[in-house]
Amino acid sequence: MADNIVLEIARYSPESDHEPHFECYEVPVRREWVVLDALNHIKDTVDGSLTYRWSCRMGICGSCGMMVNGEPKLTCATFLSTYARNGSKVRVEPLRYFPIIRDLVTELGGFVSKLKKAKPWLIRDLEQPLSQGEYLQTPEQLDRYKQFSMCINCTLCYAACPVVGLDPIFIGPAAIALAQRYNMDSRDQGSAERTAVLAHPDGVWGCTFVGECTRVCPKHVDPAGAIQQYKIAAVLDWLKSFVTPRGRDVSNQAAND
Amino acid sequence: MRTCPTLRCSHRPCGRGESVESSSHDVLLVGGGGAGLRAAIAAAEVNPKLNIAVVSKVYPMRSHTVSAEGGAAGVAKPDDSLDEHAYDTISGGDWLSDQDAVEEFVREAPLELLQLEHWGCPWNREPDGHIAVRAFGGMKKKRTWFAADKTGFHMLHTLFQTTLKYQPISRYDEWFVTRLLVEDGRIRGVVAIELMSGKIQAIFAKSVILCTGGCGRVFPFTTNANIKNGDGMALAFRAGAPLKDTEFVQYHPTGLPFTGILITEAARAEGGYMLNKDGYRYLQDYNLGKPEPKPVLRSMELGPRDRLSQAFVHEERKGRTVPTPYGPVVHLDLRHLGEKLINAKLPFVRELCQKYQNIDPVRELIPVRPVVHYMMGGVGTDIHGATPLQGLFAAGEVACVSINGANRLGSNSLAECLVFGARAGRAAAEYASRQPAANGAALAQAADEERRLKTEFLDKTGGRERIATIRTEMQASIENSAGIYREQASLAEGLHKMLELQERFKDINLDDRSHTFNTELESALELGFMLDVAQSIVTSALHRTESRGAHQRTDFPMRNDERFLAHSLVYRNFDGSGRVEYSPVKITRWPPAERVYGQQAQEPQQQAAKRVS
Repeated sequence: MADNIVLEIARYSPESDHEPHFECYEVPVRREWVVLDALNHIKDTVDGSLTYRWSCRMGICGSCGMMVNGEPKLTCATFLSTYARNGSKVRVEPLRYFPIIRDLVTELGGFVSKLKKAKPWLIRDLEQPLSQGEYLQTPEQLDRYKQFSMCINCTLCYAACPVVGLDPIFIGPAAIALAQRYNMDSRDQGSAERTAVLAHPDGVWGCTFVGECTRVCPKHVDPAGAIQQYKIAAVLDWLKSFVTPRGRDVSNQAAND
Repeated sequence: MRTCPTLRCSHRPCGRGESVESSSHDVLLVGGGGAGLRAAIAAAEVNPKLNIAVVSKVYPMRSHTVSAEGGAAGVAKPDDSLDEHAYDTISGGDWLSDQDAVEEFVREAPLELLQLEHWGCPWNREPDGHIAVRAFGGMKKKRTWFAADKTGFHMLHTLFQTTLKYQPISRYDEWFVTRLLVEDGRIRGVVAIELMSGKIQAIFAKSVILCTGGCGRVFPFTTNANIKNGDGMALAFRAGAPLKDTEFVQYHPTGLPFTGILITEAARAEGGYMLNKDGYRYLQDYNLGKPEPKPVLRSMELGPRDRLSQAFVHEERKGRTVPTPYGPVVHLDLRHLGEKLINAKLPFVRELCQKYQNIDPVRELIPVRPVVHYMMGGVGTDIHGATPLQGLFAAGEVACVSINGANRLGSNSLAECLVFGARAGRAAAEYASRQPAANGAALAQAADEERRLKTEFLDKTGGRERIATIRTEMQASIENSAGIYREQASLAEGLHKMLELQERFKDINLDDRSHTFNTELESALELGFMLDVAQSIVTSALHRTESRGAHQRTDFPMRNDERFLAHSLVYRNFDGSGRVEYSPVKITRWPPAERVYGQQAQEPQQQAAKRVS
């Protein structure tokens, strides 16, 4: 393992630059350092203007996603030593396909409004009063949606998705997985309401099933699986609309009974 | 694609004075974590006509609630009772908790946790579909609701997603509050910087609720996220509200060395052992009970956090810890629990150990050491979250009601965010409903604040101090003076150092003078907040000449109820120094007694049944 390593970091300030450029910084390689530690080292001791987001440093807040050598990564969970061979450099860039605000900081407002479109809250025909206790849910019913509830909104899947790259309106992997998280929840009765967004051309049908979203997900959420699941459900729902009055998701309703 | 808060927030513009823009709301939340989001929903439900906004320096789902692992306490099973939860909380807090607040807390906690279930929180379940609960440190019964070991993450995302359906709640995402606006002894709103543009704006409100969380980053080794800088504490302190019980800082006994990442108490609740360098379960030497193969409630590894962290220091002094490059450690042993249980109940613990420590707890010992985790003290409030400053409320870790007293029990804090978040939200909504519209008279103060930010930071030349240098010196000094054990000489030295650092802070230099997402300016302002909080911690610790819970004075090793059954209140003097006053602890049904853990603690209810005459 080399003693030092060079970080090639994308810099961009709208107040002084027309376009992003790279600047190089040499940092020591410590065994326990992640890429984020190297960025903090630079900010603290070399250049206080280096700009990036971070918070928890334990892979759960979802703030510190960046492109590291071309791959979307949580920089708090990516060891620097992995790259420290043969004088190689590490290239750090903002997450791909997002507008850049400054240096490594991307614009997230569009992503957050996509999440809202998925109606990510429990929808019930009838709210049960608290005095009647919890909605029962067996561990098996919990397991059906648990994986999709693990998304930390880090947006790595958007940076990996070629469809997002071509069509920024595409609702994208995390939002679809989130919709499916509620659709699969035995307490929820809102899948029909979510159909309008998901079955839209910018919804699940935008996905060409490249599967990159699932590959880069640091929390194993499997958005690609959610999308495929939803496509099948949407086709079945469409077929059912010919035989039932409301085209409701009958199978989901049954799970609640 | 830029999101513009002036569009997003449907605010009512109330004019421009000088150069400062303004917007106006009825209820303003500062902080968008568990307490803030719960408060926002509560306010919206009190009066749907209210215009409510959440201003947060990060997107709400980044808030530090996300890192909470083990669970949230609330009586759920027939073998448990509210009185037992109250007694565990009060004895765990070494009798410094206000018992009226604790009684309200234990009564409302189960309802709040149930409400979260109705909003979709994926709580773990029994095979029959009912809520499952687990054991936790210092708790005599199993009453901790959990969502695997990512409870805070699931609570926060459930709350955030639920707020999206409430039309009256708008958000200022990535806006940093620099000052509270106060006029005629009443809150008028805040001044905040929009990070994306650098715009400085007055956000007026009839009531403001501080929900900014703790201040762990004041210390060098902490579980707290980078954003935990005591912002709300310092904002309130500067506006004239007192900080209460800030000498009580909780060290969690099991942090990973170097990163400070927390290994949840649930790991011990599921049966993990604490071992010293000889593989010996050393807690048996510290009046915490006898070692049993299976976990015993309120005993050994399930003792309270203050006592476990103190035991570590004694082991270290006896030379029975293991040296590492990042300080001495002991071991947490989960190997006997087996891979299946670890994957089912503690998957995040395994993930964190593998990704950040490069060890697998299924086969290896986890190195751990005490790590600063939680601030029992904070902005003093009543049981409705109201501070002494009219219209200003606080809830969650930033606040001190106090239910946690001198030492918080694990899993009470998430429940506290919900119970007192909701209470503060309702109280702030009711207060706002009675107030006339803000008249914008505080705009001149906002203009002053804009000038201050420019002259002291952005436009200043010739500063010589680096942020990181002052921050590192502050952290080293507070750890030396106000760590797990404290004494007069080191505290006095610590206070001296804080005053020196306050002076040197005025000479700060920024590399970054731009308006767009200036994180260096933000770090500088956060450092200013931390210096105020650190000064309050050291000042209150210096004045409390007794030992109680997390505040252990080697020169005053005994609890002194005669003098110190009281909350400390640090006020800010005009010259920036702190003035300490005391207010009595509210005792309702549990008179002060000795804290007993281990086998002797089997019948605490005998004490709980007593009434104060």
